[in-house]
Amino acid sequence: MEDNAQVMITVDHLEARYGDTPVLKDVSLDVHKGEILAVIGGSGCGKTTLLRHMVGLRQPLSGRITIDGIDITNGDEASFALALQKIGILFQGGALFGSMTIAENVALPIETYTDLPQSAVNALVRMKLCSVDLRGYEEHLPSELSGGMIKRAALARALALNPQILFLDEPTAGLDPVISAEIEELILRINHSIGTTMVIITHSLNIIFNVAHRVVMLDKSARGVVAQGDPNEMKVSSPDPLVRQFFNRQTSLSKRQLWRL
Amino acid sequence: MNMRSPTVETARAKTEFYNVVTSKDGAVGIQFIGRIDHQVAAVILKMLLDDVKHRRPRQVTVDLNRVTYFDDFGVLILAELRNWLDENQIPFRLVQPPVKAAEILTLTNFDNMDLCAPLPRPKGNPMIVRLGDAAIRTADNVRHLVSFLGSVVLCMLHAARHPKSLRWGDILVLMQKTGVDAVPIVGLISFLLGLIMAFVSSLQLAQFGASIYVARLVALSMVSELGPIMTAIVVSGRSGSAFAAEIGSMRISDEIDALFTMGFSPTLFLAVPRIIAAVLVVPLLTLFSDLFAIIGGLVISVTMLDLTVSTYVDQTIKALDLFEFMWGLSKSVVFAALISWIACLRGFEVRGGSAEVGNAATSAVVSGIFLIILFDSMFAVIRSYW
Repeated sequence: MEDNAQVMITVDHLEARYGDTPVLKDVSLDVHKGEILAVIGGSGCGKTTLLRHMVGLRQPLSGRITIDGIDITNGDEASFALALQKIGILFQGGALFGSMTIAENVALPIETYTDLPQSAVNALVRMKLCSVDLRGYEEHLPSELSGGMIKRAALARALALNPQILFLDEPTAGLDPVISAEIEELILRINHSIGTTMVIITHSLNIIFNVAHRVVMLDKSARGVVAQGDPNEMKVSSPDPLVRQFFNRQTSLSKRQLWRL
Repeated sequence: MNMRSPTVETARAKTEFYNVVTSKDGAVGIQFIGRIDHQVAAVILKMLLDDVKHRRPRQVTVDLNRVTYFDDFGVLILAELRNWLDENQIPFRLVQPPVKAAEILTLTNFDNMDLCAPLPRPKGNPMIVRLGDAAIRTADNVRHLVSFLGSVVLCMLHAARHPKSLRWGDILVLMQKTGVDAVPIVGLISFLLGLIMAFVSSLQLAQFGASIYVARLVALSMVSELGPIMTAIVVSGRSGSAFAAEIGSMRISDEIDALFTMGFSPTLFLAVPRIIAAVLVVPLLTLFSDLFAIIGGLVISVTMLDLTVSTYVDQTIKALDLFEFMWGLSKSVVFAALISWIACLRGFEVRGGSAEVGNAATSAVVSGIFLIILFDSMFAVIRSYW
């Protein structure tokens, strides 16, 4: 975090739709270097759509997205490839390659993008797997692991080349509280030690309050950002009742209505 | 992080990555400088080890206070260096690192690296054990095959008594996919086959002035033999692989387990509709195949053998009787049941990941074609003793 003001990702007036259904409209946001940004919002509000646009998996209808100054929406193939080298993605389901062992999954980017000798690659893979607490599972296939292990192995693969920006889609969904806490700590330590910029899509209040530096909230009816800022401030002082509801885990029913149930 | 190639890095003076100082008593001090990341790790690792070995150190001290960026690729360099020093019993010392580097060192267990050492690989089993394993697996496969056959038969009987338990909508869609959509390719292949047969046989028959028998030859061989086989092979390739892949992906995404826990029989829900659809449409496809092959033969006979259309048709009708048609169609019914049954079985057998789905599709087609040929030879034997 040498320079906090440096912008790593800009999303500029993004508009996205699936077929005829508009999902995002006029969304603009900046992610600064070394920042952990949490993207939150109810189901179906376009969080994953936003992420898929930010990593170039989908082309926006209009608007511009830059990663570390590289335009990935209108740029050429070469600059897009350059941008891809700067990012790592943890997919929601892990997306490990089923025909490769865990070690091969993690080794793949390292072997491709560095000239390290095989023994050093193996040592590095063990180190990466050790840091996500998966020692001894090198030779296992993804289908032989539990959901939490797959997520941690996928995190190790996303971190293989220590990218400058890490996108995490629901990193702790479906995991037990202990492993969730471990992953949260891991995220913080990586962010702190090597200054990785992170964009986390999440529903977890733990991540929102204990990990994220800043929160962006999307909403389905607004088709865009309804609130952003420090989560602790938003919880108490947001003018939008919807936002306070989300942070305080309230339903849309009033107390009296709940009593009647 | 730009796309600097390693050769360019080598050209940059090594002093940009680290300084090495040797004092009089043989102590070597290494000071890393600047950004140590995955792009320079390979170069540094090679240069540094050579450098240190060359100096024959008595002791090595590493200082990280001038690095601007340090991650686990840097830790790797330190670990490899320390490994070499340990092997040669040279003491290694790390000067108190800056906070961030220290954090990365703890995260990767640098002080306790043997924690991350590889576990001993389990030894391979002796040959007799592997042989036994293979035998048990084969027996298991056979058991699975028989039990699936039994399950299909039971479900068919159940469906016959309770026709409402079948999903007729699914069957219609499957009939369209397996049958209607296959008409163009079956038609084209059969038409060409008819052309080829007529042409090749005419080369021989014309020598005896027996060109007129081309019509009989094409009609008989298509209706009783090649029509059912060609159609079954095309359906096995088109639909058998699709059945296996679809059921296989349902298996790995737990959809089959979901069906089971909702009280459905996966066989009744998935396999029976596919088998029924195939058994209904494959004979019809076979008729199309026969028809197109006869048209193919007709084209050759009329254009190259000076036969008239009416002679050709007349000869074809004389050659065929109802028995030949029924024989061909009953074969195609058996083939349809076999290829759809084995394809569903291969789908249900999938365990593990996406690679297994591909294997299941391949295996469905291979076993399907094998069964077609096997049963066709059985039919030939039966007919010769008729």
